[in-house]
Amino acid sequence: MVKLLMIFISASLINNFVLTYFLGICPFIGVSNKTENALNMGFATTFVMTLTAAVTWPIYHYILVKFNVPYLEYVSFIIVIASLVQFVEMYVKKSSPSLYKALGIFLPLITTNCAILGLALFMVLRDYGFLESIVFGFATGVGFTLALVMMSGIREELEFADVPKVFQGASITFLVAGLMALAFMGFAGLIRG
Amino acid sequence: MVIETIIVSAVSMGGIAAALAVFLIFADSKLKVKTDPMVDKLTDMLPGTNCGGCGVPGCSAFAEALIKGEMSPGGCVAGGEDVVNEIAALLGVDAGSKSRMLAVVLCKGGSAEAVQKATYRGEVNCTAADISGGGKGCVYGCLGLGECVDACDFGAMGMDDNGLPVVFYDKCVGCGACAKACPRDIIEMHPEEHKLFVYCKNKDKGPKAKKVCTVACIACSLCAKDCEVEGAIAMQSNIAVIEYGPDPLGGDAIKRCPTKCILFDVEKDVTKERFEAAQKGAVLKTG
Repeated sequence: MVKLLMIFISASLINNFVLTYFLGICPFIGVSNKTENALNMGFATTFVMTLTAAVTWPIYHYILVKFNVPYLEYVSFIIVIASLVQFVEMYVKKSSPSLYKALGIFLPLITTNCAILGLALFMVLRDYGFLESIVFGFATGVGFTLALVMMSGIREELEFADVPKVFQGASITFLVAGLMALAFMGFAGLIRG
Repeated sequence: MVIETIIVSAVSMGGIAAALAVFLIFADSKLKVKTDPMVDKLTDMLPGTNCGGCGVPGCSAFAEALIKGEMSPGGCVAGGEDVVNEIAALLGVDAGSKSRMLAVVLCKGGSAEAVQKATYRGEVNCTAADISGGGKGCVYGCLGLGECVDACDFGAMGMDDNGLPVVFYDKCVGCGACAKACPRDIIEMHPEEHKLFVYCKNKDKGPKAKKVCTVACIACSLCAKDCEVEGAIAMQSNIAVIEYGPDPLGGDAIKRCPTKCILFDVEKDVTKERFEAAQKGAVLKTG
């Protein structure tokens, strides 16, 4: 139980995928202009991440390792992620057309979100068990959502700020992202080892 | 051993893929969204370039707006007359005729006319060059780095030998992407009926403008006096500005212009074919 909690805190705060590993920067910059969209994007990604962890773990341990073909992990993880994203896309299209429109191209782009492939690969690398993997996947998603929502909150305020002309748009966003990453370094001392 | 590896890889990957495919097929049938078949049909009829010239994002959004009656078929600028009439016939509504819009590049100060005050060696796009001021002495004129040409989805623009963008009269659909791309707002969208244009945006006083470019508007107001429609041309912040009214403007205004920056009916001189032929000629000459 303690280990699961440790994994959760580690993946969501200390080793936040977006702000410490700089994975998944594309949606982090792309869908963070409105808090509502950021939250929904975060939920969709969290859902895909949790499912990815749950599906890729058995595939890796019961198929790839069993048949002695662990080098197929990249290919098989990618198709798992791609089909899960397809599934999420269908679901969102059905349940909330307005959200589907708001997320736009970024919804299918979850497929190429490197944070998700990174999650599956880290999971294998760190030898997590099944339950640990699912917690890890979920925690990574929570961390991703957290980063996105915080960023969108700042960006909504930035709309009203007097930003010098040369810093407007992407530049100020990158600066903010860098400062946030610096702030997240502060979590590094939270857990020993 | 090698064969075995290949077989194992192929079978395991195939198995995973097949299982996922079955899952997706199942999910698809469960989660199918019924869309209005009319929207799909209209989207197919539209050009599909998603240029945004109609004012809504993308062709399918335009199709939805058409069905709701928010837009008239004539709103599609990229489709041309045939598409508009077809759609109007299908929906049984008035086409909402709209005269053809064209992009006009309102600067004639190419490398031969404009004075170079520096060599610009930065990022090769106009937005970046505009921040530093670019290489030309005139800070209102065309930067000549072709951001508008890149923005054009229809192959309707090119850069000529003089470093100025030209719009091909036969290809331009009037979507306005180039006008949005230009950081100096030199490109304007005008209906085809407009023939008289002041090809200068320099807001400096006459002598200063003349110093940086030979075809600058010096606000001498001769065109305003010569124009057959009184009051159609007025001087505003040191440039002649044409107010297009219901009366068509003729070519009288250009007669006495000392710098030849006001021109009449030159836009349709450039077609893609002619432009390319001229480019080839130039290559032969220099080569």
